[in-house]
Amino acid sequence: MKALVIAESREGQPLENYLEGLSYAKALGAEAALFLVGAAEALPAFAGTLFLAEVAKHLEYNPKGHKALILSAVEQFGADLVIFAHSSYGWDLAPRVAQGLEAAQLSEVVELAEGKPFLPAYNAKLRRQVETSGKLVVTLQGGAFAPLKAGGSPQVTALDTDRQSQVEFLGFEAAAAKELDLTKSEIIVSAGRGVGKAERVQLVRDLAAAIHGDLGASRPVVDAGWVEHSHQVGTTGQSVTPKLYIACGISGAIQHLAGMKGSDFIVAINKDKEAPIGEVADLFCVADLTQFLPILTDKLQG
Amino acid sequence: MKILVCVKQVPDMESRFQVQAGGTAIEEADLAFRVNEYDEFAIEEAVRLKEKLGEGSELTVLSLGPQRVAEAIKKALAMGCDQGIHILDTASRDPYQVASLIYQAVKDQDFEVIFTGMQSQDLGYAQTGLLLAELLGIEAVTTVVSFCQEGDGFLVQRELEGGQRMNLKLQAPALFTCQLGLNQPRYPTLPNIMKAKKKKITQLEAASLAPPAARSQTTSLRPPAKKGQAKFLEGDLGAMADQLVAELKAKSLI
Ligand SMILES: Cc1cc2nc3c(=O)[nH]c(=O)nc-3n(C[C@H](O)[C@H](O)[C@H](O)COP(=O)(O)OP(=O)(O)OC[C@H]3O[C@@H](n4cnc5c(N)ncnc54)[C@H](O)[C@@H]3O)c2cc1C
Repeated sequence: MKALVIAESREGQPLENYLEGLSYAKALGAEAALFLVGAAEALPAFAGTLFLAEVAKHLEYNPKGHKALILSAVEQFGADLVIFAHSSYGWDLAPRVAQGLEAAQLSEVVELAEGKPFLPAYNAKLRRQVETSGKLVVTLQGGAFAPLKAGGSPQVTALDTDRQSQVEFLGFEAAAAKELDLTKSEIIVSAGRGVGKAERVQLVRDLAAAIHGDLGASRPVVDAGWVEHSHQVGTTGQSVTPKLYIACGISGAIQHLAGMKGSDFIVAINKDKEAPIGEVADLFCVADLTQFLPILTDKLQG
Repeated sequence: MKILVCVKQVPDMESRFQVQAGGTAIEEADLAFRVNEYDEFAIEEAVRLKEKLGEGSELTVLSLGPQRVAEAIKKALAMGCDQGIHILDTASRDPYQVASLIYQAVKDQDFEVIFTGMQSQDLGYAQTGLLLAELLGIEAVTTVVSFCQEGDGFLVQRELEGGQRMNLKLQAPALFTCQLGLNQPRYPTLPNIMKAKKKKITQLEAASLAPPAARSQTTSLRPPAKKGQAKFLEGDLGAMADQLVAELKAKSLI
């Protein structure tokens, strides 16, 4: 089997997530080549063929162009499998490439068991195995496959195309400045949608104050405007590694877990015993937080 | 301007999911269904665009699925869509089939702007919108967190890792997949729920739209092997709090 692993670059820097793609290819015993729209001066470490298209011409965002380039790499290499990261770059391109190949796509593969890919379903409460035939496109859940060690320098095969999206790429905009750096916090107490309404975030603030912790939040709480974005934990917020992380009313979606599962000790307070936060928690209090948090805070203050 | 928004109905994620005897689908009997969260942002954005454009713009909501998904269509109508299309389908479909069925239903209708959610909460493919755009041969921008119509074009932001954004400009026809937080979806008001009852829902049978063969097939569905090592505390809240405090103190965490 031959696998084309799609590498990414962001603002001129190659990202490391191709190493997880290489790991997936290796687990399948596939021969791997890399694809990158990037710059010859900043190549990913890899001992093998790299299909390279110049970022100066093809830009970091230009899905039609990148799709055409990937299709041409698939053909030149004779790839049976195309491996993307399930990233903002990967989930945007993978379906376009799959359609170009008339191939199936499996999104966010989380596990290989006996060579068969498994996908999360129902907020990771279940796992799904899916069969396909012919060429296949996959996106891999970040962190699901241990990255291979980087090494070597690639043999470059240059690619080019004149295809282009009719979308003008006006540039990047940085995330809102963080008034709060949670990455150095030792204790974080986070509010999730389970708090139910803006006023009840106070219950979580009170607990945080009682143990001298910082307030964190899941995305819906930030999107609803109950808490500032600088408190958001997860792939589109901050990645944190405190000694103690208390998740209040947070289900444990992968994008949240990705930002906090490296915490030393994790407490979940949730009324749904099967919430996927249980996969990373050390202690799981099955409780309605509106009743439980005041009692807990009271005891900690006493 | 003709606007389309595609929505999916999904089970409430706080449910207990039981796998059917065959092992490839969930038991639906005891589940509560709702509009996919991402699609609520899509509906809201579509309604805002229609309202901004005023006279002469028309907004259609489309959903595919069994009889129950009519509820999702009705909610979108109550939020402000003008009419509905229900592709009646009881089969389990892969994203390529879903996109193809939608394509067949809308290809001759010249929609200039199409909104979908960026993914569904239940199966999380993040494919259907993009595949539909590919089939229609129109531009698509995914993970939209800011949308603005200006003249005959759109200025949008797509979200990247860490909350970074990318600024993009494009013209209709185009499809946008909507990310959480794009807007604050409105709640349908009672008068609007009443008005929605009079809005037209066109029913189409999936079989009449010549669904292509699936490209993928679910062969098993099971709970994940428990990797977790969580200790569960249940029961009396006071005792639970004492136990939690004791554990945290024993580990010198507080
Ligand atoms: C590209 C992308 C990026 C994302 N980035 C992030 C990110 O950075 N951070 C992030 O958090 N999410 C992110 N998300 C969203 C993520 O997928 C989830 O939607 C989100 O994490 C859910 O937040 P939640 O757990 O607070 O809410 P829900 O999933 O709705 O969970 C609420 C939980 O509260 C519990 N609950 C309800 N009521 C009570 C009560 N009274 N007492 C106790 N428990 C209760 C429920 O059982 C449930 O488990 C992203 C999604 C995408 C697609």
